[in-house]
Formats: sequence, structure tokens, C-alpha cells
Amino acid sequence: MKKLRRSMLFLPGSNAAMLSTAFVYKPDSIMFDLEDAVSLREKDSARILVYHAIQNPAYRDIEKVVRINALSTPFGLKDLEAAVRARADVIRLPKTDSANDIHELEEHVVRIEKACGRPVGETGLMAAVESASGVVNAVSIAQSSPRLIGIALAAFDYVMDMQTERGDGTELFYARCAVLHAARVARIDAFDAVFSDVNDEEGFLREVELIRKLGYNGKSLINPRQIELLHNAYAPTREEVEYAERVVVAAEEGEKAGLGVISLNGKMIDGPIIDHARSVITRARASGIRQ
Amino acid sequence: MTKPLEALAAQFPHLRELHAFTGANTTTPYLADADQRVNRKICPSLEDAVRRSGLKDGMTISFHHAFREGDKVINLVLEKLSAMGFRNLTLASSSLMSCNAGIIEHIKSGMITQIYTSGMRGKLAEAISRGLMERPIQVHSHGGRVHLIQSGEIRIDVAFLGVPCCDSFGNANGTSGKSRCGSLGYAQVDAQHARNVVMLTEEIVPYPNTPVSISQDQVDYIVQVDEVGDPSKISVGATRMTSNPRELMIAKRAVDVIENSGYFEEGFSLQTGSGGAATAVTRFIEDRMRRKGIKASFALGGITGPIIDLHEKGLIGTLIDTQDFDAVAAASLAKNPNHIEVSTNEYANPSAKGASVDQLDIVILSALEIDLEFNVNVITGSDGVMRGASGGHSDTAAAANVVVVTAPLIRSRIPTVVRRATTIVTPGESIDVLVTDHGIAVNPRRKELTERLIAAGLPIVSIEKLYDQAMALSGEPQPLEFHDRIVGVIRYRDGSVIDVVRQIKE
Amino acid sequence: MKIIKAAVAGTLESSDLMVKVSPSSGGLEVVVNSEVMRQFGRQIRKVVDETLKKLEVTDGTIVIEDKGALDCAIRARLQAAVLRGAEVEELNWSQLS
Repeated sequence: MKKLRRSMLFLPGSNAAMLSTAFVYKPDSIMFDLEDAVSLREKDSARILVYHAIQNPAYRDIEKVVRINALSTPFGLKDLEAAVRARADVIRLPKTDSANDIHELEEHVVRIEKACGRPVGETGLMAAVESASGVVNAVSIAQSSPRLIGIALAAFDYVMDMQTERGDGTELFYARCAVLHAARVARIDAFDAVFSDVNDEEGFLREVELIRKLGYNGKSLINPRQIELLHNAYAPTREEVEYAERVVVAAEEGEKAGLGVISLNGKMIDGPIIDHARSVITRARASGIRQ
Repeated sequence: MTKPLEALAAQFPHLRELHAFTGANTTTPYLADADQRVNRKICPSLEDAVRRSGLKDGMTISFHHAFREGDKVINLVLEKLSAMGFRNLTLASSSLMSCNAGIIEHIKSGMITQIYTSGMRGKLAEAISRGLMERPIQVHSHGGRVHLIQSGEIRIDVAFLGVPCCDSFGNANGTSGKSRCGSLGYAQVDAQHARNVVMLTEEIVPYPNTPVSISQDQVDYIVQVDEVGDPSKISVGATRMTSNPRELMIAKRAVDVIENSGYFEEGFSLQTGSGGAATAVTRFIEDRMRRKGIKASFALGGITGPIIDLHEKGLIGTLIDTQDFDAVAAASLAKNPNHIEVSTNEYANPSAKGASVDQLDIVILSALEIDLEFNVNVITGSDGVMRGASGGHSDTAAAANVVVVTAPLIRSRIPTVVRRATTIVTPGESIDVLVTDHGIAVNPRRKELTERLIAAGLPIVSIEKLYDQAMALSGEPQPLEFHDRIVGVIRYRDGSVIDVVRQIKE
Repeated sequence: MKIIKAAVAGTLESSDLMVKVSPSSGGLEVVVNSEVMRQFGRQIRKVVDETLKKLEVTDGTIVIEDKGALDCAIRARLQAAVLRGAEVEELNWSQLS
């Protein structure tokens, strides 16, 4: 069953209280941030905090992503050592501008996996695109490694690079489409950027609705309150679930009967339709029916 | 001429004992004096009122706590009594707050030798838990206090009742004047049962003062004082919804439980209490009520702004109010006809002919600790100090149809779910559901409720599993160490002794 | 590891702890102040001792102000403080487990 990645909750790696409790919110993934959320003086302490936190059994059943500092900084490689050794599921590379950035990262990951006895290839990667170059190179970035599980658009640095501001979404128009298409070409997940106004519930839901319709797999979140709102928006409606169930039943019956072509209500349903129906049911199991 | 009584007695000897008329104002001499007639109760000073009340050493005095942390009455009166040299008094305040730390000195001096209260906080709580008093403090619930008064164990000789305003006869309410506290539910009990009532008021208003919460027939003496309460401290903080994601999650889960409890139907009744999570519960419940198209018949207990909001939106029919936690609630009592004040007697007294808690469907409660048998501790903190209050906890829990306790599984490394509660205030048989951020546990006694909640897809786990999770996260705590000496007695609502609190070891 | 200068790590926020280390020549002195001293004093001391042993710290003054942090935070903040105090840049990860 394909891993659901609707919600990725950002946690500042320097916040001991949050690291001790965030697993109760049950997002699909948790991103332990060693980069922008952590001040320069605290990089070392946060690294060790995260190193221990992700090895705590409380996080065993949640996908653990670590955002390391860029490899060009004095911190990035050390962060990588800590994250890979602690058995993070995915390393998120900020400011990915080209496929080379991923290649460079991957070389280091292989080296560290070997050094610490972790199965080579086990650590996943995620590229965060935060600049015009990154957006323009999105397809080659997305295809640069079999370890890549997804590509994310990070809006804050991107809009600065584009010489504009975060607003109603117009500023992300092209970038959102580009990153999404890159993800689909490479058959990996696409993640939308953070919505930072925690108190603007309506604004958040509007943005979620937009990216969901576009086809994004999920979104980065900065507050646990956003998790449930997001999961609910991604939940299928009752009609969608009922239809999906009928599709799956028809497919299973068709298979049992050895039919080559399966139809429902006179319409032919093929592989992609059946896969989609199965994913609808998975989402329904995960977050119920949309309220 | 034969006097009438003589004539009567001659014909009907058995009526000989009646008195003969001696004058229009023989028994009411004050009516002959223009000032005395209406002002006879008003004392020029607190000291004067105390003397006139006949207070003596060894007697019992009482107060109410409707002004909460803003209360000025208790400290004022005790200072005066101390200056007047009283000794060996029993203090029976409906509750005590951290602003009452001054009581420590009065205990040390020997003026106060016995205390009955629903709870205490701050330095007083620490001192008493460390063995300051010779006799153990008696901790009762709100309803239980009334029972103790009615059964005679608490014999209030003089009740000192602070009110924002009253008239020259003592007709008082808590909804007009400066230090508005709203419902005088606690004070009403004292007014009814005390042998003498000294009313301390900020304002004396023209007669008659309405509405009448405490009536002229219950008041003996009146003293005007500068302040009975500090309005800025009367409000209990959280009328704004919490933004703490953990509290919000727990509140949402609690509402999921309520919605699927089987009691969430048209005309249901509800008590939420106060605090950030309670406010969130109230807001979330509104959504569910609208979605289901149902209204509540009444809300009970301590009333807050968010409850007023639902009431004014037409979603709650009646508010049965024993305490107002904020200014919005107090103002509502004054203006909304279906927002009614009740005394603690009608609210929760187990020996009342009918207590409103008996009619309650759903109550949300908190807990400092809850053990594997669902026994709840709301009084003894993680350091063994009696820093909480019994309050309406055991009263509502005993009676309501669904009793939901909400609490984070761990508070700053201290687990809420424990093997055995340090102090039992509410017995496990009264508790139905525990809602934490790690999952929901249902009392095994409630099989149908468990099934309903599981069928609704809620994250139901056993309380043992919650305990294991707590231990896995925080580690097994060293047990608190106490001396043998008992410093507190927890009285269940029927007056029985349910637990004791011992002196903490330093 | 040798603590050669005074260093601090952590914060006084709830569920965190502040660790102050300073050099000393006469063995180890550990002072623990905790909000949850009664319940977890022993456990905290145990974690601190184990962590210092793994880092091979034999001399120094360690002062801990704990606000109810869990074991993994205690380990992490103590390790960070010691590494800062020892001015160690390259980590030997086996010492941190």
C-alpha cells in the first residue's frame, strides 16, 4: 500500500518540548528541522536532540524526515551523519537547485550508511526547491535518484528569489505547476509549501483545496491544528467512497470470473481507475469521510 | 374594665399563657426611631458588627469564594478578628485561594484551629501539607459542604458574606455594583443556615434591592467596606479559547466521545466547567449541535462566557448557575431570564430533595491523577501538596449519565495515569471515560458505552495501555514519601471519609 | 573527553533542561535541580552518570536545571554541553548512543 503523505509536520529541532510530544498528533510524516528553525548557535545542540528524539520508540510508526542544513554550510554534513545514523526515513535537502545537489548528497549518504552499518539504499531523500533555478530544473531534480520519495516547493526563499512576496498564491502559480509535473514525470510525491498564518483557518483551507485539486500529495504544516483540517480536506466524500467501493468489488469479481475487461454501469473500468478507487478507500480508512 | 386577656383567660383557661398587648412597638422598639427603623442593621465598623454578632472563641465562622482570587473579605475579616483577640475558631469557607496565604499567620497564632474547605492553593496549601495545623483540614465537595452544614457537623455561628451591593436590610445580589461576581450560590447556603450573618458590602443602595439572592430575612448586620473583591482578579483566566494544540486535540476527542455517547440528543444537558480546554469543548460542541440540529435543555454549574454565547444563540435553553467564572457570565445572570441562580444546595447537595446534578447528562471534568481503577485525584499535586479543590467533581461524577475526564497523559514528565491515586477524591465507579492526547480509555463497567465508541472509530485503548505508554515515556516515578501523620481528610459528598492526606516528607 | 572551558546547553522551558559545565581538576561534581526531583531525581542522576561515563568525562562541574525533560532530552543537552565545553568538533557517534 502506497505511503500516504498528506501531512508533514515541521518541528524545530531545538525545541525539546515539541520533540517530546509531537508524535501524539499523528501526522503522516514529521519533519525534524535543523535548518531555518534553528539558530546558528544552537545547530549543534539541536542536532543531538534530534538524533536522540528520532530513535525514541514513540516515533517508531511515523515517517521521520530530517531537514539538514545545505551541504555548503559548516553544519550540513554533520547533520547528515546524525540523521542517517539515527535511521531517519528521509533526508530533506533544502535549496536544491540542480540534480547535482542530489547526486552530491547521495554520495555522502552511501558513505555514511556503509560506515554505520545501515543497509545501503535504505535512507530516502526529498528535494526542496526554493529558487527559480530549482523550479526550472525540477524535472531533472525529480529524476536524479531512485532514493527520492518526493519533491517539495518551499515558498519563503523562492518568492524572495523571484523578487515578490507570499500572497494569495499568484506568486506560486508557475512554481506549483512545475514542481507537480516534475513529481508526476518521476513518479514521486509532490509537496506544497507551508501556510504560515496559523489563525487563518479559512485561508489555509482555500490553499489546501487548490493544491489538492491540482494533484499535490500533501503539504508541509507548521502547527498540529492544521493536521486535522488537512486530512479532512483530503478525505473523500461519501459519494466518492461508495463509488470506489463499487469499483473495487466489480474489479475483484471480474478477476475471480477471469474476465479480461471489467465494466461497471456500462462503463469500462481499467487499471488506473481501479488503482484510483483503491487509493480513495485508503484515504477514507485513514481519515474517514469528509465532514 | 376587664383587660382582654383576663377576659379570655377566664373563659378559656388554656389560653392563659398568651401575652397581653403592651404597646405597638414593644417587640419592635426600633420602629419608633426614624433612623433605627431602617438602618438598625448597619454597623459603623466591622469591629462593631463582630461584637454585635456575639462571636466568641471556639465558634465557627464562614465565607464564600465567589470572588475567587480577587476576594478581599476573608483576609479583611480575619485580620480584624485577630486584632480583636479571638482564638480557637473553626474556619468554614466554601473554598480558599492563593490570595488567602495570610491565614498561615492566624493558624500560627492559634486563632484558627480547624478548617473546612473545598480546596486551597499557594503558600497556605504548602504550609498545611507540611503539617502546620494540629488538626487535619477537612476537604469536602461543594454539595458535600451543604450536607455537612445541614447535618450539623459544620455549625456556622457567624457567616461573613461579601456582596457588591445590598440595601439597608441586606437584600443582596452579585450582579450589580462594582465587584460583580454573578451568582451567590455558595453564599446563599451560609445565609440560610448561619446563626448570624454579617454582610460586608461595597455599596448600600436604596431599598428594595432586587433581584434578591440573599434576602433581608437572612441578614443580621451590615458593614460597608471599600472593597469586597478586585474585579480584575475575579475572572478565571481562560474565556479565550486555548491555542495549545494538545488541549485542542483533547477537547476535540472529548467532544467525539460526547457525540457518540448515546446521550447527545435533543434536550440533553451539559456541564463543562472552566479552563482553556473547557472553552474549546464548548466551541466544538456547538458545531456538532448544529450539524445534528439539536439543542441542549440546560447547562449547569460554573458558567463561563462561551456557555453564555451558546445560550444567547439559542442552543442552550436554561443556565442553572451556581458560580460565574467571568464578567460575561455575571452580566448574563442579570439580563437573561433563563439564566437562573441556584444555591449550592439545589446544585449538588446529595441530601437535598432534588439536586440539579441528578438531572445532568454530560459532565467534563479534569484530573491531576487517575488510576487503573479510574479513581480520580484532584487535590494532591505531584509533589504531595494539597493544591487543588474537590469542588463539584464528586458531586457531578456521582450523578451524571456520562462522566468524561480530560487530561494530558503526561504533564512535564509527571504521568497523569498512575497505578494508584495518591489521594482519592472521586471513586472510579463514578468515572466513565478518560480522554487523553494518547488515546481514550473507557471504564470497563460501561460495556455499551465502550462498544458505541469503538463502533464510532474512536481511538479506544485500555487504561492499562495508557499507563504503560506513560511509563515508557517518562520512566517509572519514585513514589512520593509521606510521614504517618494525617494532615487532611477527604470527605465524600455524603460526609463519609473516602481518603486521607498525610504530611509530605521533605 | 576533557572539559576545557565553561559551556551551556539547553533552555529553561517546560520539558527542557539547562546544562552548565565547567572545568575542574578534582573529579566530577554533579548538581541536579529538577522540578520533578522527588519523582525522577534518581532516574535523572542515572542518565547523567551514564552519559558522562560514555563520553569519558572524569573531571568537571556539571549543573543541571531540569524542567521535566524526558531522558532523551537530558542525554542530548548534556552531550551538547560537554561537547561545547570540550571544544570537540568531530563526533564519535558511538559515544552518544
